[in-house]
Parts: sequence; C-alpha cells; structure tokens
Amino acid sequence: MRRRYVRNAGRERRAEQRARDLLRSTAGDEALEVYERFGLLSVENAEYGYLIYPHRPLVAYDAASGELLSEYCVRFRDGSDPEAGERLPDADDVLAKWMALRADEHELIGTANVHPLGRQLDPAMVRRDLTALRQWQK
Amino acid sequence: MKLLRMTPGKGDVLLAEGDPAVAEDEERLVEEFRRQLDLGMWAAVPHEGPGGSREATMVRDFSEVPLSAERVIFFPQAAGG
Repeated sequence: MRRRYVRNAGRERRAEQRARDLLRSTAGDEALEVYERFGLLSVENAEYGYLIYPHRPLVAYDAASGELLSEYCVRFRDGSDPEAGERLPDADDVLAKWMALRADEHELIGTANVHPLGRQLDPAMVRRDLTALRQWQK
Repeated sequence: MKLLRMTPGKGDVLLAEGDPAVAEDEERLVEEFRRQLDLGMWAAVPHEGPGGSREATMVRDFSEVPLSAERVIFFPQAAGG
C-alpha cells in the first residue's frame, strides 16, 4: 500500500523545536528571537532587504524607505518520506532561505518566481511586520 | 565535522560525523556528501563572518568545505513556488 502523509501534531511540534535549535546555533540568538517574536527572519544590506516568512514568499523592500518591492516565491520540498509530508518544519524553511540568501542571493532569487506585491501576502500585514521589526531592532 | 540534513517531520538528522583529517572518516564524509548532492540537496556551511556576524557559504564539492567547519547542512534545492 502506498504511504501517504498523515498529520501528526506531536511529531511536527518536536520537529519544529529541533529546527529552532538549529536556527539558533546557525543564525544566532537574535535571529531566533526575531523568529519567535515576529514569525519571520530578515536579511538586509545597505540598499535593500528581504523579509523571510515560513512557506511563504520572500518580500523585498527598500532599506532606506521601507517601501515594499516584490514577492519572490521559492520552496524547498522534500519528498523522500511520504508519511512526513514534503514541507520542512517552519524554522528549517526560514533557515534554508536565510542560508541561501546569505550564501548566494543571486542563485536563490534567480530560481524564484517573481510576483507583484500582494499576490500571496497581504501588503498591509507585511508593512506592519517590517515596522514592528525595525522598532524592535532599535 | 557533522553532516546534517533538514527533513520534514523530524527537523535535522545526523547523516555522518567524523574528523576530515582522518582518512577513513574523510572517505565516509565525502561519500555521504556526494550522495546528498546526487539526491538533489544543496549544502551550506555556516560560519562566522567579519565582526562575528553569522554567515553561510554554499558548497558544491567536499573539497570546498573548510577542514575547520563544524557542520555542513543539507536542504532541498530551491524551486520556484
């Protein structure tokens, strides 16, 4: 009989906790705190940045003005264990995007489907998240 | 050095561990590294950047992994969503 995904809340909670531990040890204590407070990570340089949501598009923004620019849709699917599903735990998904952006932004962005703002994420919610994150970072 | 892989339903799992300066360990690490890339994984090495910032470098061959690296993290190749 073909195995298929069956949701298991306990297993997924344990996987998420393990993924948070990996996030902390890889991206640092502050990154984990941002993730736990806001449900996202961010990467920013002098000109622009990205908000990284789990299993949602990256959202690029202008670093100076905070203007939202585009959605970049990427996914990391793993079909090796049908019973566990294809989705990484949320914290692993954001960490995978964070590492790929840090290491090779052009390759990740080149892989993404680019959409205008609002295709998957509510721009008002994203603006609120960015404002709250920046206030907290001050 | 540890080779870890992110997985659905489990989080990271340990694939292999050893000292790459020891020939027997290196052979095992290289074999597992290649196997993961053949399965379509990407490999990243976390490290500290200038000023202690957290960084990551993507590697496509085991020879690119610094001997001092503590971990290599495998995750599924990105695709357009």
